[in-house]
Amino acid sequence: MRKPLEGVLVLEFCQFLAGPSAGLKLADLGARVIKIERPIHGDACRQLAIKNLFIDNDSLLFHTINRHKESYAADLKDPEDLKRLNVLISKADIMVHNFRPGVMEKIGLSYQAVQLINPKIIYGVVTGYGNEGPWAKKPGQDLLIQSISGLTYLSGTSNDGPVPFGLSVSDIMCGNHLAQGLMAALIKRAKTGKSVLVEVSLLESILDVQFEVITTYLNDGGKLPERSAMDGSAHAYLSAPYGIYATANGYLALAMADLALVSQLINCDISDLYGDKHSAFENRDALISRLGEKFKTAHTGNWLTILEDEGVWCAEVLDYKSAVKLKAYQDLAIEQELVLNDGRILKTTASPIRLNREKLFSTKAAPGLGHNNNEINEEFKLN
Amino acid sequence: MRPLEDYLVVDFSQFLSGPSASLRLADMGARVIKIERVGMGDICRSLYTSDLIMNGESSVFHAINRNKESFEVDLKKAEDCEMVRELLKKADVMIHNFRPGVMDRLGFDYDTVAALNPIIVYGEISGYGTEGTWKGKPGQDLLLQSLTGLTSLTGNATKGPVAMGLSIVDMLAGAHLAQGILASLYQKAIHNEGSLVQVSMMESAYDFQFETITTFLNDGGQLPERSVNNNANAYLGAPYGIYRTQNGYISIAMAAIPVLGNLLNCPALLKYETPTIAFEQRDEIKAILAGHLITGSTAYWLSKLEPADIWCADVLNWSDLMEHDGFKVLNMIQNVAMIDGYQYKTTRCPIRIDGELLTSSKGSPKLGQDNEAIIREFVQLKSVINE
Repeated sequence: MRKPLEGVLVLEFCQFLAGPSAGLKLADLGARVIKIERPIHGDACRQLAIKNLFIDNDSLLFHTINRHKESYAADLKDPEDLKRLNVLISKADIMVHNFRPGVMEKIGLSYQAVQLINPKIIYGVVTGYGNEGPWAKKPGQDLLIQSISGLTYLSGTSNDGPVPFGLSVSDIMCGNHLAQGLMAALIKRAKTGKSVLVEVSLLESILDVQFEVITTYLNDGGKLPERSAMDGSAHAYLSAPYGIYATANGYLALAMADLALVSQLINCDISDLYGDKHSAFENRDALISRLGEKFKTAHTGNWLTILEDEGVWCAEVLDYKSAVKLKAYQDLAIEQELVLNDGRILKTTASPIRLNREKLFSTKAAPGLGHNNNEINEEFKLN
Repeated sequence: MRPLEDYLVVDFSQFLSGPSASLRLADMGARVIKIERVGMGDICRSLYTSDLIMNGESSVFHAINRNKESFEVDLKKAEDCEMVRELLKKADVMIHNFRPGVMDRLGFDYDTVAALNPIIVYGEISGYGTEGTWKGKPGQDLLLQSLTGLTSLTGNATKGPVAMGLSIVDMLAGAHLAQGILASLYQKAIHNEGSLVQVSMMESAYDFQFETITTFLNDGGQLPERSVNNNANAYLGAPYGIYRTQNGYISIAMAAIPVLGNLLNCPALLKYETPTIAFEQRDEIKAILAGHLITGSTAYWLSKLEPADIWCADVLNWSDLMEHDGFKVLNMIQNVAMIDGYQYKTTRCPIRIDGELLTSSKGSPKLGQDNEAIIREFVQLKSVINE
């Protein structure tokens, strides 16, 4: 199968997660992605390990984010290297960077400068907070972005204080938005034949993630979100029973449901708390508490049988150990295997997008630093 | 010129996942026509349980469906299906998020639509794939968070599973669908070919967790362990987290613990010297840090840490955020108006193209507000309509 971005050449001047995760998306959709990395250290993510997990010299994290790419080591401060990069840029379709505002201007690879080398370039920029304003020079780090964006008042309970999402959600969503913007730019360029500038920031992306609830806030007289006080509550703007409940042997998730039906099915009297739709909001804490007492009395499987049969939206709450054993996990081929240089196998996830009924697998592992210098020099006649 | 100018998207989807993808395409310049069920429309108009009703419909519907048109049809009527088919013949993209099998019954499955329009890009979102064990299971956000292990990452270790307080899996699936559609539209522009794009919420939820699940798969099956207090990432050591101060909260990302000890004048932290210790003894370190930071104001601590380039920030709610110049300079809020003059505020598209903000003043559509214009424009079979 021909992949849709086949023939598209991407130069990735990015580190860490946001930019490189966009590069990974483009690679899986068929583009050729070359990481441009500084000599010796390369992408700083190579050394950023979680749980001290490394594969040879590079962190497992780096391997996860940078599979299916090539690496070209070059020193942006060395005139000879810069000359080679100019040739490479003249042949590229897309280049992306996530330097802080002003850095690429100093090096001579600003959008304006690059357009002179390649008038059809698509130039992507990732920042933390945009190019101007008092935050423009602040470090664009995920937890900090979550903290200033209001996002931390949406999870957990009202007794918890701010609770951040336990993943780098602003990086990942920003990477998703960047990938969208770059592909829209390819479509635009196919029409106009001209260069396109694409800009995203972590802050704008995490605000977009909150677009539903911010819209509610903006049109509701500035009323801030009110989380429930009850453990397990799962959404500040949704009424009971929405949440996660402890059972006799685990946890049960219950989504939007007809409370009258649920209370009848599990034999839990809520008639003093629940009359109409509005009381499901007003008495949310008391309802969650009442249902919670009942759910504790039997096993998750018992409740699932009772509720699922009647079409109530519910599920067991799983950890990774149980989740990866699900038949659905296998059916969907969530995992793929990468082949490392020495033949060892590394398991990771595959692209979540299927095209013409085929999943976009790739066995190509992340490159060592500068792994592709020789062949790229030869191919593009850079020596 | 917007990238998707002159592109036509016909969107049968409801709730959040599919409609968030078509919102993105609309902001990129495409014309999006929602195909809505007669009488009721997108269930999100009424059934989504947000407590705020704006102009008769849920606030959430207005956020997701601005910049779109509405075509109200009864897909059980042959003449309505015929009109939709006329529309699909002219469309560049079709989207739906019905459960597997529904579109086959209605006669709008990929093979049938591709026979009408071979170069259409057909996008669909399912909960758990279109074949296999769980294809009929409800694809609902909280259930997907729960089934994929996502709830074991947020909140403190003492808390049991904690959901992320937004429909994050819906939004991820929508983002991935938009990506697949854009890639396919590029292919269509170059090779004049159509394609089928499929996304499932389950695969999207795992793509979101690609770092943590890959760690799990290559770490001998060790489960993520959240810290006991101030947790922000199960896989990161101290100080990574949010801490209470005398008058608010401060978040601190990565930093060497003894350096923090010096800057904050907290000698108890000086002995935790290596990154390994910062991970292994993070509960203890975080407890010391929490006990210390509560004794001063947020601004005071920021004044100690920021000049030393420690990654830290104030913790803001929306009200604080929106008063800040750092927010105002983004111009993130736009005003939109509905056909009846009702106006509301909402966020804009987060992507800038050629320096332009992709704003649009067009609010969400009233159910069926565009029927007449769409029929006039696309359906030559006027006689069928008049019967």
